[in-house]
Amino acid sequence: MTASVSDMAEAPQARPSDAKPPAGHKKSRAARLPRSGKIWLGIGLLALFIAWAIFGPWLAPFDPGQIVPATTQRPSAHHWLGQTQLGQDIWSQLLAGARPTLVVSFLAGAIATVLSIVIGITAGYVGGWIDDVLSMLANVFLVLPALPLLIVVGSFLPKGKSTSTLLIGVVIALTGWAWGARVLRAQSLSLRNRDFVEAARISGERTWRVIIFEIVPNLVAVLAASFVFTVLYAIGTYVALGFLGVLDPATNWSWGSILYDATQGQAVASGLWWWYVPPGLAIALLGTSLALINFGIDEFINPRLRAAGISRKTARMIGAPRLRPQLGFTPVVRRPASATSGSHEAPDVVTTSQIGDQA
Amino acid sequence: MRLLVRRLFFYAVTAFIAVTLDFFIPHWVPGDPVQAAIASRAASFPPRATASLYAQFGIDTHAGLWGQYAHYWNMLLHGDLGLSLSQYPATVTTVIRSALFWTIIMVGVATIISFVLGTVIGTLVAWRRGSWMDGVLPVSTFFQAMPYFFLATVLLLFFSTDVHWFPDHGGYQFETHTIGLNAPFLWDAIRHSILPVLTIVGASLAGWILGMRNMMITVRDEDYVLLAEAEVLPTSRVIWYAARNAVLPSVSSFALALSFVVTGSLLTEIVFSYPGIGNVLYNAVLGEDYPLVQGIFLIITFVVLGANLLADVVYVFLDPRTRQEA
Repeated sequence: MTASVSDMAEAPQARPSDAKPPAGHKKSRAARLPRSGKIWLGIGLLALFIAWAIFGPWLAPFDPGQIVPATTQRPSAHHWLGQTQLGQDIWSQLLAGARPTLVVSFLAGAIATVLSIVIGITAGYVGGWIDDVLSMLANVFLVLPALPLLIVVGSFLPKGKSTSTLLIGVVIALTGWAWGARVLRAQSLSLRNRDFVEAARISGERTWRVIIFEIVPNLVAVLAASFVFTVLYAIGTYVALGFLGVLDPATNWSWGSILYDATQGQAVASGLWWWYVPPGLAIALLGTSLALINFGIDEFINPRLRAAGISRKTARMIGAPRLRPQLGFTPVVRRPASATSGSHEAPDVVTTSQIGDQA
Repeated sequence: MRLLVRRLFFYAVTAFIAVTLDFFIPHWVPGDPVQAAIASRAASFPPRATASLYAQFGIDTHAGLWGQYAHYWNMLLHGDLGLSLSQYPATVTTVIRSALFWTIIMVGVATIISFVLGTVIGTLVAWRRGSWMDGVLPVSTFFQAMPYFFLATVLLLFFSTDVHWFPDHGGYQFETHTIGLNAPFLWDAIRHSILPVLTIVGASLAGWILGMRNMMITVRDEDYVLLAEAEVLPTSRVIWYAARNAVLPSVSSFALALSFVVTGSLLTEIVFSYPGIGNVLYNAVLGEDYPLVQGIFLIITFVVLGANLLADVVYVFLDPRTRQEA
């Protein structure tokens, strides 16, 4: 293993998982999850977008591609978000656009996560020269500027025919797996020498079996975070490719290509805000929902980040002693036992050292 | 120093892979890129350019694949990236050169502002947890999730189209100013770059804030911080000790961040019609100017590698452990 700069950076990240309670505490761990309001807000928003992606194309009042002789119209009772310079209904385009945007991003996120599991965990668990080669590969893909590379690939993809969703998803995934692989590698490095992994290895389990049944279950939270992050990346990239017109804009109504049309139609200069503000806001909200989920997962993985999620007001409300974060101690407020699962009787204030003791 | 040597080797490998990808991608995709490029253009395409294109893509030439690859490297090492299709007699190198200057200055300044500002805010947010400053996080998260070009459009709408505080496009007023080290030009260039810089800072700030905050929270519990506090050192001094250590991961995660910043900056430039690489790239894509697109990818990669090397040097400077190893 090479001790490069990046490895040192990950050492602190690897720590929180050490502090995870053992599997016996699973129930109380699950019960802690809903405490974070951020994660539920994020999940709610995301659910809304998923429903939009499923039902949107059917709800569209017009065919989004239908061209009628009318030039850019303001929003009206008939066309809620106005019409493009070709007379297409923008509201219908927006409704139809959720599906390709979400499908490509989640597909890319899924493929990239699988890639990062295979490469990251293999590198971390197997070690040796395999680790050196795979880490190098991941670092190369981290440093290569993704969008310009995708533009090179995208501009050579055959035009005219609709570029297949699967192909775009795969190509985006190929540029987006490296971050997850790096984090997973660091995590599995710290897991490799734990007793339960050692025990599995000594009892003669095959490498792939140890990885799938011993390592991966302990990385679920990290995996979730890396998946959400990759989807976020894929959304940004897909929208950017659509906006640039690299992907054939006429074939689907992804939000990126609506923005491309808007740019081509001089929407900003002419003040046609109803054309480009709605898709932009939709993308921003979708991104925010994923970022919120990731925020929640972060706090779930690392208890220190969670502690100060409680403001002074809430602390008073739940009857906790007034806390002033002090140096050297990260106060963790536990709600009264009745409010949560009630499975443990923890003191009101736990110092970090005590959290460490639990592990 | 061993660290730097190792990083140099890594960057060399990365550059090699970038060049190789750049060469092979046109070979992997189906169809004849040259015909596709020429078909969409006027019939009066000079045969010399066509021949050069075929040579560049390595199609229908007598050399084998490896011969073409060697030829490609040879061209590259002589600083030749081929001819631009959309601005025909100009070579790719000349087209890129003038644009690169604008991008590096603007994006460089924006990235540095964003990094410094984000790190300072992140430090303060971590130090004053549970106060109103926690509200910074959700707000900045929203900004981060917003696509760069959308933020750019909104800024353009408010500050340029509506109130005319800032010019809405370009890098300087080319009718009235000449490029050079004269005060009116510099002032005009700064005025033109305020909105793009604001966009990049606004969209990338959250990442630095969050990274620094999370790291500060971890570092805060270290013994040396406790000791510093116990010695009743001034708070600013204690924060300085903690921040110096907490900033290291931010510096080393520069690579990842830079890839995002580059993506965002390209799009920002397009919205503001800033005369940088992003705009050239946009026009190259619209004009199906393949050699230019490929050349820009290579140049951006090299610049990103250079910036990473710079971050490594800063890291060695900041972290005594890396120096001790040598």
